Amino acid sequence: MLGRLTIDALPLYSWVAMGGAGVTVLGGLAVVALLTWFRAWGYFWNEWFTSVDHKRIGIMYIVLAMIMLVRGFVDALMMRAQQAIALNDGGYLPPGHFDQVFSSHGTIMIFFMAMPFLTGLINIVVPQQIGARDVAFPFLNSLSFWLTAAGAGLILISLVIGKFSTAGWTGYPPYSGISSSPGVGVDYWLWSVLISGVGSTLTGINFMVTIIKRRAPGLILMRMPLFTWTALCVSILMAFAFPALTVVAALLGLDRIFAMHFFTNADGGNMMNYANLLWIWGHPEVYILILPAFGIYSEVVATFSRKRVFGYHSLVYATAVIAILSFTVWLHHFFTMGASANVNAVFGIATMIIAVPTGVKVFDWLFTMYRGRITFHPAMLWTLGFIVTFVIGGVTGVLLAIPPVDYLMHNTTFLVAHFHNMLIPGALFGFFAGVQYWFPKAFGFRLDEKWGVRAFWCWISGFYLAFMPLYLLGMMGMPRRMERYDIAEWQPYLIVAALGALMVLLGIACMAIQFYVSVQRRESLRDGTGDPWDGRTLEWMTASPPAPYNFAVVPTVDDIDAFQVMKERGTAYRRPDHYLPITMPKNSMIGIMMGAFSFVFGFAMIWHIWWLAVVCGLIMMGAVIARCCNDDAEYTISAEEVAAIENRRYAAMPGVAS
Amino acid sequence: MALCVPVLLLAACGLAEAPVLDPKGPVAMAERDLLFETLAIMMIVAVPVFIMAFVFAWRFRANGGKGRYDPSWSSSLGIEVVIWAVPAAIIVVLGGYVWVNAHKLDPFKQIDPDVEPLVVEVVAQDWKWLFLYPDHDIATVNELVFPAGMPLTLNITSDTVMNAFFVPALGSQIYAMAGMETHLNLLADEAGQFVGRNSQYSGDGFSQQSFVVRAVSQADFDAWVETVRGAGETLDEATYETLRAPSIAHPVVHYDGFEDGLFDRIIMRYMSPEGHDHSATTN
Repeated sequence: MLGRLTIDALPLYSWVAMGGAGVTVLGGLAVVALLTWFRAWGYFWNEWFTSVDHKRIGIMYIVLAMIMLVRGFVDALMMRAQQAIALNDGGYLPPGHFDQVFSSHGTIMIFFMAMPFLTGLINIVVPQQIGARDVAFPFLNSLSFWLTAAGAGLILISLVIGKFSTAGWTGYPPYSGISSSPGVGVDYWLWSVLISGVGSTLTGINFMVTIIKRRAPGLILMRMPLFTWTALCVSILMAFAFPALTVVAALLGLDRIFAMHFFTNADGGNMMNYANLLWIWGHPEVYILILPAFGIYSEVVATFSRKRVFGYHSLVYATAVIAILSFTVWLHHFFTMGASANVNAVFGIATMIIAVPTGVKVFDWLFTMYRGRITFHPAMLWTLGFIVTFVIGGVTGVLLAIPPVDYLMHNTTFLVAHFHNMLIPGALFGFFAGVQYWFPKAFGFRLDEKWGVRAFWCWISGFYLAFMPLYLLGMMGMPRRMERYDIAEWQPYLIVAALGALMVLLGIACMAIQFYVSVQRRESLRDGTGDPWDGRTLEWMTASPPAPYNFAVVPTVDDIDAFQVMKERGTAYRRPDHYLPITMPKNSMIGIMMGAFSFVFGFAMIWHIWWLAVVCGLIMMGAVIARCCNDDAEYTISAEEVAAIENRRYAAMPGVAS
Repeated sequence: MALCVPVLLLAACGLAEAPVLDPKGPVAMAERDLLFETLAIMMIVAVPVFIMAFVFAWRFRANGGKGRYDPSWSSSLGIEVVIWAVPAAIIVVLGGYVWVNAHKLDPFKQIDPDVEPLVVEVVAQDWKWLFLYPDHDIATVNELVFPAGMPLTLNITSDTVMNAFFVPALGSQIYAMAGMETHLNLLADEAGQFVGRNSQYSGDGFSQQSFVVRAVSQADFDAWVETVRGAGETLDEATYETLRAPSIAHPVVHYDGFEDGLFDRIIMRYMSPEGHDHSATTN
């Protein structure tokens, strides 16, 4: 009846595991209790959970990302603590537990922190940057979000029921096969990745179509804001790369459930195929994470230098070149698998070529600052911190692209330091900059800058303390993923790295305080203009927070930095004689329902509760059919209502003559 | 924070002897030199970025910066050409480096085709390493001994999940995969003792899956072979089956002789339809 699920699935094997489960359960209960206490269920259900508004969905994505950031960071702290003390000693985590921690850290940070974070920012900003009222497929957008949330839910519940994978975030077979990993851990990894991966594929399709088809009149491709450009490239990468992940995870699932031997040691299975397929997704994925941040830096550096971005065309071409090349370098993740010198050399060179457009972008940002008038808003600090730190990661990346250097440094902490050095400044700092920059657009008030600056300095110093020692440890021959070690020279570095993680913890605390303080002082931080930074692109033309339809009148664009040009010409706030009615998509509960049932479906597949999986599958199919038959998916906001909303906005706008 | 400085200074001596920075063989030496040369070349791009980031941020700061504000300045053909051409030129040079060195340092390539290498067959197990010396008919667990100055050819496979064979002081690592054979050619310049290990995570015993590597004089090597021959135990089929069972921090063991063709049989057990490792079973 319950498949493999028995009472033994409870995490009674250690106090640490019970603690993790306890915090997860209490956290969930606290949310439920608060919603009930404040009688907020109706509000959240009607205004948020069933919403198909891209802005609401974007905010939910980012809230999910922040929750998962904290969860993934706790894993990081646990690993740093273990390695700081585990010289000739088992530390406080036995191998089977330490391995769950590093596996869930990577899985969470890539799939459930970075992916929702960038998807959330794209959701909030891109439709507004292109002068659209919503995305091309608003319901699909809600579905994507709830599938991602379902995957994240599976990761969270793995802490309470059963154990997580010990096979690392890449889940390499044969170790992740059923004979070496018979438990439910790999299945948790597999199904959370599969379900959220479908969500990401749909997001890719959605934004590809949105950007191609929903641009305002006059917004030709070569006038699009750079964040929209990176979002377009990322959407294409998502739509083309994620299916490879879905396939490889599905094949591994077939191996595990039906003994199909795609990747097993025996019976014709070949683990090398897994490595190839995984990284055919995995390398484009790196750019899926990094390119949106590049877009954010391009917006931020131009706005806070008060100047058009330098080399717009170069930046566009560089973005496109990076996106295309990202599909040609996957083999550099396994130079040490024994491919011939010719193969390794070709992929090494292809990898290095990506450094060229990336370098061009860095110089373009620097020359944007040149002859600018720079204010050091937290968003700009994150950008500057990124430029300086990212270059170090780029240099070590070129080193690792040389196959013989990789033979020496592969699988060491040097590699770990390198990819954190790419993804933390290259992606996460960018997302943080995006939050600082676009928060007033989403909520109508600015964030407190003092705590933003503090968060930045804690994070960046913590980053250097945590990862520079790992570069050196790689030089000392320390492999990644060691739960104990017997070389005394390593320990001082690991202690410094642990202190770095504590600095980052302070940074996260500063961010939490920043949100709290800003909400408290929201009246004095209120932004009535919709344009708090003297922005250059169309999203600053809407109200903060924007009306459901974003633009009462769809703007016409005739240059790069469309809104800046309108302000210079004095046409930015010109109002029409009369407004027209606007048709918008209706809310739908099918998105959250599909998410909930895909969560139960995944849970049933993990625990081999076949009947439940079949039931959930049927319900989901029924929901899709029901949605397809629904011809009443839109509602109309009358012209009077639009006029009333716009009148309220202009009345509240300080200093703008209407 | 003040604690970090002395802690790092104390560690500096450890760093001077770090295997990658102080290699013990020509392969590791060449790889290290390649790392440092590339690092130096990359500074052509990295240093200007550091300088420009700080100088531009300072000169053009809104609050008292001396730089001229010119919001209309957003393109310059000259600058664009330089920022595309210089990185591209560097990558052309480095691309040549990659091609030449990927071939020169191919792990499968013998160090010196004119010298007959010592061949050792290496089997990764959970969680230990088995070394077979076909020319001497001896075998060891977790101990690799060979004459310094003599090229070493390692034929590597796995009798379990994917592992990676890595002796940082000698350079180059390579994956060990069941049913497949990879090769690694190494050389130790002089006598010494190093640490070798599995660098590819493989389960519970992974952290302690290290082995002793000793490069010794030819005389000491011959003496060591004699010691191993006196071990008294032979690696027959039954002994092998016992050995391959998972074990953590396995002690060094010597075997006086092993079954003919053992290495090939270990590979073949994953190749035949009756393969030993029927990995997947439905529950």
